[in-house]
Amino acid sequence: MSAAELAGIVVVGASLAGLRGAEALRRGGYEGPLTIVGAEPHRPYDRPPLSKHVLAGELAADATGLPALAPLRARWRLGQPTVGLDRADRIVRLADGTRLAYDRLLVATGAEARPWPAPTGGTLTGVFTLRGRDDAAALRAALAAGPRRVLIVGAGLIGCEAASCCRDLGLAVTVVDPNPTPLARSLGTGIGGVIAACLRDAGVAFRPGTQVRAFEGDGAGHVVRARFADGGAIEADLVIAALGATRATGWLAGAGLRADAGGLTCDAACRALAADGTPCPDIYAAGDVARWPIPVYGGRLVSVEHWGNAVEQAGHAARNMLAGPDDQRPYAHLPAYWSSQFGINIKAVGLTDGADSVAVVQGSRASRRFLAVYGRAGQTIAAVSFDQARWLPAYADAILAGRPFPPIRDATDRARPESLAPGFPSPRAVSADEFAHA
Amino acid sequence: MSASDGRDPALRIVVDLNRCQGYAQCCYAAPGAFVLRGHEILFYDPSPPAHRRGEIERAVLACPVRAIAVQTAADEEDVA
Ligand SMILES: Cc1cc2nc3c(=O)[nH]c(=O)nc-3n(C[C@H](O)[C@H](O)[C@H](O)COP(=O)(O)OP(=O)(O)OC[C@H]3O[C@@H](n4cnc5c(N)ncnc54)[C@H](O)[C@@H]3O)c2cc1C
Ligand code: SF4
Repeated sequence: MSAAELAGIVVVGASLAGLRGAEALRRGGYEGPLTIVGAEPHRPYDRPPLSKHVLAGELAADATGLPALAPLRARWRLGQPTVGLDRADRIVRLADGTRLAYDRLLVATGAEARPWPAPTGGTLTGVFTLRGRDDAAALRAALAAGPRRVLIVGAGLIGCEAASCCRDLGLAVTVVDPNPTPLARSLGTGIGGVIAACLRDAGVAFRPGTQVRAFEGDGAGHVVRARFADGGAIEADLVIAALGATRATGWLAGAGLRADAGGLTCDAACRALAADGTPCPDIYAAGDVARWPIPVYGGRLVSVEHWGNAVEQAGHAARNMLAGPDDQRPYAHLPAYWSSQFGINIKAVGLTDGADSVAVVQGSRASRRFLAVYGRAGQTIAAVSFDQARWLPAYADAILAGRPFPPIRDATDRARPESLAPGFPSPRAVSADEFAHA
Repeated sequence: MSASDGRDPALRIVVDLNRCQGYAQCCYAAPGAFVLRGHEILFYDPSPPAHRRGEIERAVLACPVRAIAVQTAADEEDVA
């Protein structure tokens, strides 16, 4: 056997996309060597429960291992991050100095929680971020110890889910965000206002329009307070910095790929782009780390940080990895996610970027059970449901079909849909962070 | 609890909550592993005890949108 035949496929990143990608390779008939490299010492596990049931103490942090859905016959290199990629020699370098040869490479290194900067208090004990199982275990232990006040910085999905758990635990909690409402960047303030009301009713102190400047510690280096940009301050002995995520592309620096903290840019077939814009026939990417042209929205580059994309894109990339150069199919995905907080099941489809109007087409915001549709230039582009999930698939179809907005429907429970301004904070940069599950 | 003996697949499950419509058929089939909260939040135990295998398999079949995935392959040792 030649060295090339021995190298086989290497998957970097042993989480949702890496696992589902590896399974799809085997299911697709790939029989050669398969190596899965993971920075964490753990086998693949599921992250969504971490900011929900694990923080609430209902599930142990190590109870969310993902089921294996196909025999992998893989060589696992866990607890071993890759630190470099040499495309000319088709080698990935591991932290321990190992050089792993590949014929084809699947990049599935996901994203990392954006840390609080060290000079303004990021290294104090009691300041947490939440991305992985170990983060969740440490944060859960700190919450169970009964802090006097929890401060959550960032009212995105993870910040709000964490706030909901803290209230379930009976803890005093303050949430601060620079925007006027929670989830303002993903859902707009029109819908985000409903979450603001939920926070308030649950007894969370929500401070909109507030920027934290620094955290201060006691003599032992434990956080005791946060100073705000407006000069105010709040005492807090536990901080959750829920500031979104950056893509784990640091190890690709110098590899001559279009990679930065916003993702590894791919073509429509999930192939990584070299610096000159040509797709690499032997390097694919999937999941949170990938930035790709999305057909449903005119091929603009997005990176989608949601569970459903990791699963579907990994399967698609694996399929293309096994197909010939003339049979590379474009990845056509409609982004979708769910979240649960304050007893409400939130589900969304589509991307809200650039929405110029929102219509509540089922239920009402006041009842906190509704379905809202987002439009842009007369076209339906996204929808979100609060405890109305069964209606959502119809709107997913409407988005894919490019149906007009406002949607025409048989009004059953309201005469005319309530229209509102979406209220997205400006400037609304088209960045990967727009979809940050944070 | 979910430790593998190398023959039986460990009992690990994951639900695709994008797909799940909250109709709760799984909760009737496997009340010890799936619970519906509020109007439509599905809470489930991702690593239920081995004795629930039968009811979990019934829940998988009962789900009208096939949202529940169960470990099918045995845990593998690292292939050196
Ligand atoms: C707390 C939390 C809650 C969430 N809740 C929801 C939800 O309710 N709904 C939803 O739709 N989505 C949710 N998400 C998002 C979802 O979990 C992610 O989209 C999904 O995990 C992405 O999978 P991935 O495999 O692409 O990346 P990740 O899960 O980030 O995995 C990447 C893996 O690669 C590893 N890695 C990184 N760098 C290297 C390297 N150099 N070498 C080797 N390995 C490396 C990492 O350690 C990690 O294990 C949540 C995410 C978090 C963090
Ligand atoms: S049966 Fe399926 S769709 Fe219904 S609640 Fe259970 S997982 Fe969700």
